[in-house]
Parts: sequence; structure tokens; C-alpha cells
Amino acid sequence: MSTTHALLGILAGQGISHGYELKREHDRRLLGVKPLAFGQMYTTLARMLRDGYIAEAAHQRVGGPDRVAYRLTTDGRVELDNWLSEAVPPAAYISAQLFVKVLVALVATPDEATARSFLATQRAAHLARMRELTQVKTAGGASVTELAVADYLLNHLDADLRWMATTLDRIGQLRAEVQA
Amino acid sequence: MNDPILEAKNIEKWYGPTPALRDMSLVIGRGEIVAVTGPSGCGKSTLLHCLSGILRPDQGSVQFQQRDITNVSEATRSRLRRTAFGVLFQFGQIVPELTAVENVTLPLQLGGSRFRDAAVRAQRLLDRLGVGDLAGKRPGEMSGGQQQRVALARALVTEPEVLFADEPTGALDSLAGEQVMVELVRLAGDHGTTVLVVTHNVQVAAYADREITMRDGQLETAGQVTVAGEAR
Repeated sequence: MSTTHALLGILAGQGISHGYELKREHDRRLLGVKPLAFGQMYTTLARMLRDGYIAEAAHQRVGGPDRVAYRLTTDGRVELDNWLSEAVPPAAYISAQLFVKVLVALVATPDEATARSFLATQRAAHLARMRELTQVKTAGGASVTELAVADYLLNHLDADLRWMATTLDRIGQLRAEVQA
Repeated sequence: MNDPILEAKNIEKWYGPTPALRDMSLVIGRGEIVAVTGPSGCGKSTLLHCLSGILRPDQGSVQFQQRDITNVSEATRSRLRRTAFGVLFQFGQIVPELTAVENVTLPLQLGGSRFRDAAVRAQRLLDRLGVGDLAGKRPGEMSGGQQQRVALARALVTEPEVLFADEPTGALDSLAGEQVMVELVRLAGDHGTTVLVVTHNVQVAAYADREITMRDGQLETAGQVTVAGEAR
């Protein structure tokens, strides 16, 4: 799962934010995703600054030391949009990545279109991979082990597809919840 | 896509006040294997029935090999279904009183073939499908998967241009379903048969070259992306 892109998405939805706010919003909005450790967040922010995805917007002092507020740059927005438009390579155990992409799409964009579009792209990628795996069966000559491996992967991809279908049906409710 | 073999143009079908198909258009190329998926009641079986001439659409047209078959006589539609089209349903299509070989020869005999000639072809196909040793058995003496392979043999024995399969593995366990689909795809590939398979099962759809998704009697455009990628 990409912490960089999750933070870019939160920042896109929040506007200007400092580190603590970003962590709080990350943990609150991306329900079900592992909470972000402060150390990991600051390392990631430093990398995002270095790559030009975010820029310092202001220094705020509230009681203690200065806190840096960040804003998304044009490069950051492009990186986020590219990430949101790309399918995750279909494989077993990618549910967390799929989930984060859908949630970030709902947080970072003004409507459901990006999330719907991502799910359609992902569905197509999953089906393409399932066709490849199915060809192992129809081509002939596969060992039983190879068939069993194909079955294992096909069943996991099938489960992902069922989840995508249900999530599409619930996308409006999900958006209302993460935007709240 | 290869030459179009089957085309629906703006077809509609209503059951009383309820629309089953609404302004549905699609093109299927010769030799393609196309899966039609979608939730229960979305109209996918009605689409298959309209394309195969079992049902007549209320509006629009169906073309087979660039010839309009929407309003041809019932006799012509029956002949098409007997010669150019093969149909495979979920279950219940083989005659319980007949043996496997008698079931498979039935479409050939209806077309005028002698039993002895038809039986040779039927036996060859049953052998190919791994149920040759059951030729003399009746359906009640076979497993569900074996019955469905006999039904597949019957659907393909006339070497149809198009095979219509409606939930062909719906009544089978996963391994028996896989055997039916693997043989279906191999035989279709060997003979250049076009296949339209209706299924709610994505793993069955993965045997197809292309998937058409339906919802509420229409092609679905999930996320505004046309999943079918064809003809609208």
C-alpha cells in the first residue's frame, strides 16, 4: 500500500495541512487501513518534498515549536491522478491496495467518478489476468500443480471482483462516510 | 474483430409491462467466444433467447451472417436452431429415456441423417469429450458433469456456426464445470465455432475472449467505461 499516495490524496481533499493533521485525517478517513506511525509519516513527507509532490505552505506556531503546513504541488496532483487511474497488478492479497485507492479517490476528488472509473479499470485488469490463468487450463499440457496454482489465483481474483461489484453498489454511501 | 456473424440492432423485449431488453445493440465476430455477465434478472438469458431465435424481439432486429432473422417464419427459425445454432442450457435438455448416443444423434436424425451414420459422429464426439464409454447409458446413470458433456456433444454434433450456452456450468461442482468449459473452448476453437455464453460466474466468463456486462436490460457502462467495448 502506498503511504505517499494516501497522503497526497488526503492533502488534495484537505487543502493546506500540517503533519499531525495529515496523520489524524489519514487514520480517520482511511477506515480499516493500519494507522500511520509518526516516524513513517515524517519520512514519507520528506520524500514527497524531495520529489516535488508537496511544498511547504506556511510555518505555524501553536504553543510549542513551529509546525510546517504543506500543500499539494502540480506535480503532486499529476502523480496522484496517475496513481488513481492505474490498475493494481492483479495478484492474490491486494485487497488493502484496492481499498486504499477507492477511499483516496473518494477523499481527493469532488464526486464518485474517479472511484467508479478506477474500479472499472481494475475489473478489466482482473479479467485480463483471469483469462491468462484460464488459458493454462484450456491450452492443455499443464501439470496438476500448475492447475492448482491457477485455481488458487483465480479464486482470489474472483473474490476481489465480487468485492468490487459490491463496493460499486455502495459507492455513494461510502463517499458520504469518508467525506464526513 | 473477425467478420460479424451475429448482430443485434436496438432490440427490445418486454414481458408485459416489464422491459427485459432495452435498446440493446451488439456485434459478435465469427469465431469469438463472448461471455454475457450481469446480475440475476438483468436480461442476459433473454438476450441469448432473442439472438438464437427462441424468442422474437418486440423491436429492433437480429442478423445472422448479415441476414435479418427477426421476422423469418417459424419453420426457418427452427431450421436455423437445428443446423446453424447449438444450444446448451444449465440442465434438463437431454432426454432421460434415451441413451447418451441416442441423445446426441437426435439433432442429426431430425435433419434427415440415418441413425447409423449419426451414431458414428456422435460416438466420436462423446469419445472426444471423455464420455465415450457411457454411450449406452441413460442420463439417470450418469453424474451431472457427464450429463452436461453429453448435452455439449448434442449441441455441437451438427457443427453449428454459433453455440449458445446459458449457465452451462450452473448445476455443476467447480471441477466438473471446468471440464465442461475446457472441452467447450477446445472444440469451439477446433471448429471455429462462435460461442455466446451467459453466466453470472466470472470464472466462466474468463474462458471467453470478451465480456459483455448487462444491467437492467442494457449494456452496463461501469464507471462510464463501456465494458463491452462494442456497438452502441
